[in-house]
Amino acid sequence: MRRPRQPLFLARATYRRRRLRDAARLVPVVGAFLLVLPLFWAQGGAGPVVVFVFLVWALVIGLAALLAPGLEQPDPPQNPGGDD
Amino acid sequence: MPFDILVLSCFVYVIFLFAIAFFGERRAELGGMGFLRSPTVYTLSLSIYCTAWTFYGAVGYGARSGIEFMTIYLGPTLVFVGWWWVLRKLVHIGRQQRVTSIADLISSRYGKSNGLGVLVTLIAVVAATPYIALQLQSVTLSFAVFASDQPVGWATPIRASTALWVAGGLALFTILFGTRRLDAKEQHHGIVIAIAVEAVVKLVALVAVGSFVVWGLAGGPGAVIDRIEAVNLPGWQLQPGRWVGLIALSAAAVICLPRMFQVLVVENIDERHLARASWAFPLYLFAMCLFILPIAMVGLERMPADTNPDMMVLTLPLAHGQGALAMLAFLGGFSSATSMVIVETVALATMLSNHVVMPLWLRLRPEATQSADLRGGILLARRLSIIGVLGLGLGYYRVSGGSAALAAMGLIAFAGMAQVLPALLGGIFWRGASRVGAILGLITGFATWAWTLFLPSFGQDAVIPAQVFAHGPFGLSWLRPEALFGTAAMDPLIHSIFWSLTLNAAAFFAGSILSFPDPVERIQGAAFVNAFDAEAQGGRLGWTHGQAEPEALLNLAQRILGEEALTFFEAEARAQGKEGYLPDMTPAFLTELERRLAGSLGAATAHAMISQLFGRATVTVEDLMAVASEAAQIAEYSARLEANQTELTRTARQLREVNEKLTQLSVQKDAFLSQISHELRTPMTSIRAFSEILTEGDLPAPQVADYGRIIHEEAKRLTRLLDDLLDLSVLENGAVQLNLGLAHLGELLDRAAAVASQTRPDRAFRIERDVTVEEIYLRTDADRLVQVFINLISNARKYCEADPALLRIAIRHRAGRVTVDFIDNGRGISKENQALIFEKFARLTDQTKAGGAGLGLAICREIMANLGGTVAYLPGQRGAAFRVTLPLRLERSAA
Repeated sequence: MRRPRQPLFLARATYRRRRLRDAARLVPVVGAFLLVLPLFWAQGGAGPVVVFVFLVWALVIGLAALLAPGLEQPDPPQNPGGDD
Repeated sequence: MPFDILVLSCFVYVIFLFAIAFFGERRAELGGMGFLRSPTVYTLSLSIYCTAWTFYGAVGYGARSGIEFMTIYLGPTLVFVGWWWVLRKLVHIGRQQRVTSIADLISSRYGKSNGLGVLVTLIAVVAATPYIALQLQSVTLSFAVFASDQPVGWATPIRASTALWVAGGLALFTILFGTRRLDAKEQHHGIVIAIAVEAVVKLVALVAVGSFVVWGLAGGPGAVIDRIEAVNLPGWQLQPGRWVGLIALSAAAVICLPRMFQVLVVENIDERHLARASWAFPLYLFAMCLFILPIAMVGLERMPADTNPDMMVLTLPLAHGQGALAMLAFLGGFSSATSMVIVETVALATMLSNHVVMPLWLRLRPEATQSADLRGGILLARRLSIIGVLGLGLGYYRVSGGSAALAAMGLIAFAGMAQVLPALLGGIFWRGASRVGAILGLITGFATWAWTLFLPSFGQDAVIPAQVFAHGPFGLSWLRPEALFGTAAMDPLIHSIFWSLTLNAAAFFAGSILSFPDPVERIQGAAFVNAFDAEAQGGRLGWTHGQAEPEALLNLAQRILGEEALTFFEAEARAQGKEGYLPDMTPAFLTELERRLAGSLGAATAHAMISQLFGRATVTVEDLMAVASEAAQIAEYSARLEANQTELTRTARQLREVNEKLTQLSVQKDAFLSQISHELRTPMTSIRAFSEILTEGDLPAPQVADYGRIIHEEAKRLTRLLDDLLDLSVLENGAVQLNLGLAHLGELLDRAAAVASQTRPDRAFRIERDVTVEEIYLRTDADRLVQVFINLISNARKYCEADPALLRIAIRHRAGRVTVDFIDNGRGISKENQALIFEKFARLTDQTKAGGAGLGLAICREIMANLGGTVAYLPGQRGAAFRVTLPLRLERSAA
C-alpha cells in the first residue's frame, strides 16, 4: 500500500543561493571569453578594441556588483541532505 | 611653479599622512573603528596595486603599446569578479590560520616548514627590490620634472639624494606605523587608513588630469573616442601572446605580490568585505585606466618627441600652465609610490623577521624563549628588516641608475612573484600537494625566471655575457636565456613566463606525486583544502597534551601579545567556566593560542616556540613514531604480563604438585622414622635376646654356635643398613669420590647379574641381553654403576610376579649418551607410585617381601646424578621398566 504522498520539500532559498554562487563562478569565465574575442577580429584599428574592452570591463563589474549583495550573506544553517 | 613650494606642500602632505595614520591607530586602540572597518576602506587599501607604475608608467606604456597596458588591470579584474573561486578561500584561510604573509601561508600549508618560508621570502625580496627601486625612481623623476627649470643651487635635487630622502622618510613612516606594536593579526590600522586616503588622492589626481586633458585639450569625450578609433600606431597592434599572457600574469600577481597579499588577506577585518571589493576594486581600476589612453594620445600629439612618456601626467599640465593641477598630479604620483613602498616594506619585513631573523635568533639563543623580552626582539628584527628592504631598493636604484623603462621593471617583478602561484593554488585546492613538490616547483620556477628574465634585464654582458645570449651556456644552444629549447620566436617576457611557470608547475606536480608528506603536512593540507568544512577543522593539528604550566604559557604569550594575552587567557578561562586568568590547557585553547602567536611570529616560529615550551608536546613525526612505539611497548608489556600470568599459573601448579609431594614426603618421613626405628630395632631385639640367652651360660655348644651365628647375621644386617644410610647421605651431599676409568658395559652387566643372582636364588629368572650392543666402553665409575645395575636387577628378581620372570636389558647409544633399559614382564608400578619409588624407604609391597631397607632406588638415583646421568621409571612397557641414562664419557668436571 502506498504511503500518502508527502509534499515535496524544495529548499528554494538554498537552491537560489547555490545557483547564485554558480553565476558568480561564471562571471570571470564570461569576462575571459569576451576579452579573448578581439584577438580573432579582422585586423583593423585599435580604436574599436579599446571601446569593446572597456565595455566588457564595465559589464563584468556590473555583473559582479549585481551578484555581490546576495553572496555576501552568511550561510543559513545547513539542512541535511540539501545537496545540489 | 616654485620648487620650494613643491617641497613644502610635499612635506605638508607627508605630515598629513602621519596624522591620518596616527588618528587611525588611536581609533583602533580605542576600539572605535567605525568607518575604519568599512568595506570601502578595505577596497581603497587594495588600490596599492596601482603604484607609481600605474600612475606614471601606464601612460608611458599606453603611449608605447596602446591597449596592451590594460592587461595589467584586466587580470586583477577577472580575479576579483571571480572571487568565489580563489580569493574567498584565500581570505578565509588567511583569517582562520592567522596568516601573516604569503611566505607564512605557504610555510604553514606545507607542514609549517620554515625552509619554504625562507624560500618564498627570498623570492619576494629579489622580485620586490627592483619594484621598490622603481618607486624611488619615479619620485625622483617627478621631482626632477619640477626642478628642470631651476637654477643650480642648494635647492636643486640631486637625484640620488632625493631618493635617499624619500627612502629615509618612508623608513621612518613604516617603522612608526608598521612596528608600533605586535598585533596578533598583524594588522596595521594606521597604515591601512593612510593608504586608503592616498588611494583617493591618486584617483582624484589622475581623474583631474584626465578630465583636463579630455575636456580642456582634446575637446570632449566624443572627440577622444574618434581619435582613438582613428589611431593606427605600429606598436598599438594587439599581440595575442602578450595579451593573454599578460592578463594571466597580472591575475597571478594580484594574488601573489606580497603587498597585495598583505592588504587582501592579512589586513582583512571581515570576510564579507570581499564581496564589496569584488566589484568596487575593478571599478577603481577601471576609473584609473579610463583616462590613461586619452592622456597618452594627447601627450603624443602635443608634447615634443623627446618627452619621457612616463612623465606625461606631470609634464602635460605643466606645459599648459596648470601648476596646481601638476601639483595635484605630483601628489598623486607621490602617494602611489609611497603607499606601495610602505605596504611592500611591511610585508617583506614581516616575512624577513618571521622566517629568517627570528628563527635564526632563536636557534642561536634557544634560551631566549624563556628569558629575554621577545616583543622587543621581534620589533627590533622587524625594524631592521624594514631598513634592510628599503636599503636594498635604494641600492638597486643607485646601481641600476634608474635607466630601464618603468613598465619593464614592474613586469619582471610580477613574473618573479608569480612563481609562488602553483604552490599557493595547489596548496589550497589539492590535498596531494606536498612540501617536496612546493620546494622543487619554487626553485625551478625561480631559477628559470632568473635565467630567462631577471638576469637578462640588466642587459647583455652585464651579468650574462652576450656570448651566452647568442649560443647558450657552455655552447648548449637549447639553454639560451631568451630561447629555451629553441623557442626563439616567443616574446622574451612571454617566453620567460611560459617556461618558468610550466617548469615550475611540472616540478611541483612531479615532486608532489612522488613524495610522501609527513603527518603535520597532511593535517595542514586537509585544513587548508577543506577550509570551509567545519568538521575538518575539528581534527586540526593541535596540542594534545602538554607539560607546560599555564603560568609559563601566559608569561610567553604576554611577552609577544602584551595586554591582549591577558584578555585572551581570561576570556578562555571564562569560556571554560573557570575564574581568574588561567584556563585549562585544552587542545582547542592551545591551538587558538598558537594561531594568535602565529599572527605575530608566523606559523613555523610560533609552532617551534610552543614546542620548546612544551618540551615537544606537539604532534611531530617523531612524536607520532614515539606514540606508535609507546603503543607497541604497551602491547609488549601486556603480552609479557600475559606470559607472566601463564608462568605464574604454571608455577602455582608446580607448587601445588610440590606441596602434594611434600605432604607425601612428610608422611613418608614419619614412616621413615618409624621404619628406621623398626629396621634398627628388629635386629637389635634379636641380638639382645640371643646375647641374653648366651649370658645364662648353661647351653650346649652347637646351640651357642647357632645363636652366635644369628647374632652375627643380625649385626651384619645392621651394619648394611647403616652403610646404606651413610652411602646415601654421602651421595646426596655430592661429597662422593668418583673413581673414573674405562669400563666395558657388557662386563659391568655380567658382574651385576652375577651379584644379583644372590637375591632370591630360588626363583626361575631369565635375563635377555643383546651382547653385540653391549660392546661399549664407558668412561665412568664402574663400581658405582654396577651398584645401580645390581639394584635394578635385584628389584626385578624381588618384585617381578610373572612366571617365568623375564628381564630384558636393552641398550641404545646415541649422541654421546647411553641408555640402558631394564624391562621386566611383571605388573609394573602404578602411576601414582611411580613418583614415590625413588624416595627413601619407599616400599610398595609389604616389608617381609622386600627384605631391604627401601633405600636402593634412592641410592641409585643419587649415584646416577653423580655420574652425570639419570635413572627414571619408564612407563608404558607393560612390566616395570627403568631407564638408566648416562654419558659415554664422563668428564671430571661434571662429577
